Order: sequence, then C-alpha cells, then structure tokens
Amino acid sequence: MKDRVRVIDATKYFDKVLALRNVNITVRTGEVVLVIGPSGSGKSTLLRCVNRLENLNKGKIWIDEDEVTKPKADIRKIREEVGMVFQSFNLFPHLTAIQNITLAPHIVKKIPEKQAVEKARALLNRVGLIEKADSYPGQLSGGQQQRVAIARALAMDPRVMLFDEPTSALDPEMIKEVLDVMLDLAREGMTMLVVSHEMGFAKAAANKVIFMDNGEVIESADPETLFNNPHEERTKKFLAHIL
Amino acid sequence: MAEVKKPKIEITDGALIPGKDSDAVFSAWRISFFGALSLIILLPIITPDPYRRIIAFLPDGILRTFEVTVLSIFFAFFIGLITGLGRISRIKIINRIATIYVEVIRGIPLLVQIFYIYYALGRFLKIPDIASAVIAMAVCYGAYLGEIFRAGIQSIPKGQMEAALALGMSRSQALRRIILPQTIRLVLPPVGNEFIALLKDSSLVSILAVSDLLRRGREFASRTFDYFETYTMVALIYLVITLFLSRLVAIMEERLQKGER
Ligand SMILES: Nc1ncnc2c1ncn2[C@@H]1O[C@H](COP(=O)(O)OP(=O)(O)OP(=O)(O)O)[C@@H](O)[C@H]1O
Ligand SMILES: [Mg+2]
Repeated sequence: MKDRVRVIDATKYFDKVLALRNVNITVRTGEVVLVIGPSGSGKSTLLRCVNRLENLNKGKIWIDEDEVTKPKADIRKIREEVGMVFQSFNLFPHLTAIQNITLAPHIVKKIPEKQAVEKARALLNRVGLIEKADSYPGQLSGGQQQRVAIARALAMDPRVMLFDEPTSALDPEMIKEVLDVMLDLAREGMTMLVVSHEMGFAKAAANKVIFMDNGEVIESADPETLFNNPHEERTKKFLAHIL
Repeated sequence: MAEVKKPKIEITDGALIPGKDSDAVFSAWRISFFGALSLIILLPIITPDPYRRIIAFLPDGILRTFEVTVLSIFFAFFIGLITGLGRISRIKIINRIATIYVEVIRGIPLLVQIFYIYYALGRFLKIPDIASAVIAMAVCYGAYLGEIFRAGIQSIPKGQMEAALALGMSRSQALRRIILPQTIRLVLPPVGNEFIALLKDSSLVSILAVSDLLRRGREFASRTFDYFETYTMVALIYLVITLFLSRLVAIMEERLQKGER
C-alpha cells in the first residue's frame, strides 16, 4: 500500500508554546490511524496542520505526491481534498442539512446544482438521514448533526478524512450512530486520521494507534499491542487513566 | 437535544425597549402608546381650534421625516456593513481607516456634522438640502452600524469560518455564504433600534431647509403663535411613531430568538 499522508519532522509553536515537536506519522491509503493523548498534547494541532488551518514552523507534510506545506501550495485545493469533522459539528445553522452538503461542491468545485443535490441525497441516505434533508441543524440531535457533518465532508470526495474527537460532544446514546458511520467508511477503504478515545472503535477499525504527549509521538503500534502491552511508562499511565 | 450555541449581541441603545412588564395590561408601553394616540385623536375633537388645523398641517412633515430616515438608514446600512468588514479586516490599512472613521464620527455631534456637510461641502458643490441631510445622517449612523456589524460578525462562533475554509471555500466565499447571512439575522434588532434613534435624530435636519415633521411644526407655530399646542402635537406624533416601531423591533427580536435556525 502506498502512503497517503506523510508527516515529517513536524514542529509547531504558538508563540512560545510548543504544540508539536518533530512529529513523524504515516497513514497509508485505506488505513485508519487513531491518535490518542492527554489534553493539550497537540492532537488537534496535528490534524489542523494537515489541511493548513495552521502552518508548521518546521517539517513537511505530504498527501500522496503533493507537498501540503510548501509555501506555494494551493491551500484551497488541499482543503478540498481533505475532509474534516469537528468535535462541535460546525454545521451552518442557516442552511438545511442538504444545503450544508451541497454548498461547497457547488461553489468550490462548480458542480451543477442538480448533480450536487443528487449526490447529497445519496450521502444522506448513507448516513441514514435522508428524511432529515430539509431540517435545519437546530432541529437535529447532536448525533444527527455530526452525521450530516460527515456527509458534508464526504461530498467533496476527499482523499483523506480527519476526525477531531467526533463523538466527545455527544450524549452517550448518540455516540454509536456516529461511530457506525465511521466504521462503514473505514470498511469501504476511506483513509482516516482520527483523534478519539473510543476504545471500541479503535479495536474494530484502527490499523494503528499513536500516543502523543506534550507535542511528541511517544509510541505507535497496532491497537492490540498499544492497549495491552505498551512500552512506554507515559503510555501506561495515560491508558490506566482512561480505561 | 444537543445544545446549539446561540450567538447574541447586546443592544447598546436601550432607548424605548419595552421592559419585562410588556405583557401586562397596563404596561408602561401600553400606557404611553395608547395615551399618546388617544391625545392625538381626542385633542382635535375637544379643541378643534387650533388642533384640527395643526393636525392637517403636519402629515407632509411626517412623510418627509420618513423619507429622510429610510434613505439614511438604507445608505447607513451599507456604509456600516463595509465599515464592520473593514474593522475585522486583516489588511492593516483598511482596518486602520475603518477604525479612524468610527472614532472620528462618533466624536463629533450629529448636529455639527450636519452643519459641516451642508456648509463645508456646499462651498464646493451644490447639493440639495435633503441630499446633504441624508449624507450627514448616513455617514454618522454608518459608524454606529459599523460597530454593530463588527460585534455581530465577531459573535459568530469561530468554528463556522473554519468549517467553511476546511471545505475549500475562500475567505470571501465563507464571509458571503456563511458568516454574513448569520450576522444579518443577528443584527436586525439592533439595526431596528438604530432606525428608531435615527428617526428621532432626523429632527435635527429641520435646521436645514428640509420640511420634516419638526420644521412643519415650527412653520405653523411661527405663523399662528400656537407654540404650546403645536409642539405638543409634534411631540405626541414622534412618540407614537417611535413607540410603535420599538414594539415591532421587540417582536422581531422575539421571533428571531424563537425561530432559531
Ligand atoms: N490557537 C492557539 N493559540 C495558542 N495556543 C494554542 C492554540 N491552539 C492550541 N494551542 C496550544 O497548543 C497545545 C496543543 O493544543 P491542541 O489543541 O493541539 O491539543 P489537543 O491534544 O487537541 O488537546 P485536547 O484534547 O484538549 O483537544 C496546547 O498547549 C494548546 O494550549
Ligand atoms: Mg483537541
């Protein structure tokens, strides 16, 4: 399998605060890579550098043959091809579910309205929300909003999907419906970089789990090994804390 | 239900906002509104002379007042929108210009601005009285509306812009399609309040040769010497109009908050 995302020696500061230190990560095509770690360890920052919502101070990020971090990179093109799902959904409240999904394909990719709607309906079907097409985000539950948000990102046909704690703002009974959608995606071969502490999802879908602390990758392994036989002291401590 | 965060901005001009008691039968708003309205109707019946003549003389002025107010708020809206965008611009010079505009305008009394535009501009080009009145009001209120727009834009959660950018939209697409539509909804009530404030301030243009409500009253009174009766009527009419509009704004605000989407 080829590498879809390569993060090489990534370092990022916010003023004096070090958010990422020499981070190296690869996500192969079709792989699901899970990132775990305590609050403030740089997980969100890592994801946000991949689609250039933040810029690295040092290091490089590649998606397939394209260098994301080079100064002349077409940032909008990169973002078109990298889907992102946020903890707080960030649906557009003044647009219906289907309008949330069709807007970017229509105005960014210039896909004709009719075609965009057709595709959006297929995506809504896939996340089990076709009957909510004309609902506004305010009329949807958190789990439903997050599923629409996933459909919105998928509508751009991304090469990779980034998930930043997609279920941590949800009531427990809604977590499963979102994870099920993500599991389906994983099975269909979507390349995914996921920040989440959902053990069930990790065991079912992750090819690799990365533990970060203080802006550094402490260790990475397949889920079985990382959860049951971690090498590093810090990993053990963190796992004891969350399990 | 997941909590949808409702952005909300403070109404800075608290004038004439119906208070909590607005549902009571004898609320402050009802007493003043219907009290003033009955006086306007009853006085000409009880004392036809001079009230009936006054009431016949003023409607032209009311129309002129509305004309000045609507035109001014229309232009002020666009000046305000541009100023608000300028105030959040990342381009330093645009940001600086917008800020200076707001500071300077807010530091000069409206009456002085009206004189200034009328006489200063009048030295170089001949503009009609009503136009210079509208320019002065629009320039002045544009600065206030600019601040409302700025606050409105800034109160939209940051995640909205980020989600739009993450989908590949440009900043200006995100502003146009995502941020501004939400902002407009949010600022409608405060803009409505500015409209009311502007309507009251429009009485200042009566010092130019614009025959608004106040000026019509003055013309009438200086001819008949019925100063007390005339200005009573003028004040009552302003009061009824502004109370009526403030009620509309309050209803609109309630609707927007309830029908949140
Ligand atoms: N915009 C910012 N400005 C300044 N500092 C920031 C900014 N974003 C993140 N940081 C800092 O960078 C570090 C890493 O933050 P990040 O949000 O990536 O952590 P995280 O692992 O996602 O944490 P959490 O689990 O709480 O989401 C933290 O110390 C944080 O305070
Ligand atoms: Mg985070």
